[in-house]
Amino acid sequence: MNIQLSRNLFLLCLSILIISFSGCKKNKDDKKDKKSSEEVVKVDTIDKKLVKDVKAVKEMFYSMPSPLEVAMILKQAGKDYNPEILNPTKHTSKYVTNKSMALNLGVYTTDLSYSSLYDQTQTTIDYINAAKDMAEGLGMLHAIDEKTIDRLEANVNNRDVILDIISETIMNSSSFFKENDRQAVSTIVLIGGWVEGLYIATQLVGDTPTQNEIDDSELIARIADQKLALNTIIKLMEKNEDDKNIQSVMTQVKNLQKIYDKIEITSSKVVPVTDEETNVTTLKSETTISMTPEIYKQLKKKIEVIRKNFTS
Amino acid sequence: MKKLSNIIFIFIILFAFPLTGKSQCKHFAQQVCKKELSPYIHDGNYNAAILTEGESAEMYKTFYANQNYRIHICGSDALPPIHFQILDVDRNVLYDNKKNKYDSSWDFKAQSSQQLIISLKVKNSEKDTEEPVSGCVAIMIGIKENKKE
Repeated sequence: MNIQLSRNLFLLCLSILIISFSGCKKNKDDKKDKKSSEEVVKVDTIDKKLVKDVKAVKEMFYSMPSPLEVAMILKQAGKDYNPEILNPTKHTSKYVTNKSMALNLGVYTTDLSYSSLYDQTQTTIDYINAAKDMAEGLGMLHAIDEKTIDRLEANVNNRDVILDIISETIMNSSSFFKENDRQAVSTIVLIGGWVEGLYIATQLVGDTPTQNEIDDSELIARIADQKLALNTIIKLMEKNEDDKNIQSVMTQVKNLQKIYDKIEITSSKVVPVTDEETNVTTLKSETTISMTPEIYKQLKKKIEVIRKNFTS
Repeated sequence: MKKLSNIIFIFIILFAFPLTGKSQCKHFAQQVCKKELSPYIHDGNYNAAILTEGESAEMYKTFYANQNYRIHICGSDALPPIHFQILDVDRNVLYDNKKNKYDSSWDFKAQSSQQLIISLKVKNSEKDTEEPVSGCVAIMIGIKENKKE
């Protein structure tokens, strides 16, 4: 037994040495690369420099609107709370595949965030439980645990604490998948949450807004703004385009993009103005959104179809 | 049989090390960086990586009209200051923390929704060290409700 233990200890030390040396080699190589690239810069043309600058970016992040942010946008638009449009929590038992659990973890997290911002205590508790079921199904046993739910129940009247708990659960899930090289699942969760936000928004607007309503409604403007987020969402999906679940979601998102392409958004130059007292900067710019009632109708219908695919 | 268990043991060790680095980064973002966002609430998205001095990262994100945001760039203590800029889609600079003594946070509100680029670079250390310094860098986005009077 002792011999076995010593052998394992020896192997442990050996492994650490291998890792350390490979790290050292990489750093030395990095330094060498750094030095040689510095020499190259001196003779580079401007174009080559630009290529090098782009290559020098080690990490590229594409950040989608999180369920919490989506819910805040919905609340800001000033519409009344409507629980009828949310995905019923009793549907959790229907979701048994990784794809459906990931999509509906996002859907339920948006419903959870939306309910909490309108101080809907019991609904908030119901939706965190639904999200917990989906998270556990995906192998995340600690993203939302009993302690989280107890803490939420103990703070039902403290919205700041509730929002903090929701933020933490979103981060636990997103970091869990990234740590475990399941980036595709993390992206699918976010897309589920984003589509649910779009679905709630379009349901709150109603079926047939007039051109004046389209031009004046803050909520419709935010729905149209998702055209800007779509490019980022597609880039994020392309990072995992070999994943078959991503491929099927991507087809649906690209169909949605075809309708978004019909919406015209023009924006003036952005001018930052900082308030010296509060130290908050306002990015001043004017935006014009051109969308006809017909395009809105197509958009709403497509969102309904995608959401039905995700939740049924 | 013993050989097999030894091979498994080595593999566990080899795979556990990178995971520990990632976990430490998550722990750092959760325990240290998140606090710096207060009174803004973290949007929940986890965007962090291990960077070495001189290395850079970029994040693309749409920020929505009339929402209150705080961008906080959070680096491990061991790292030199982090230089970050906020760019519009044409890469015009809207904010540069170099003009603000490398302040790690920036609060803003957009009049209309904007796709922005957060571009950051870990400065090269002024100390003459044998090996370049590496550490965790997290891009944290905070949001704050507009309280209606």
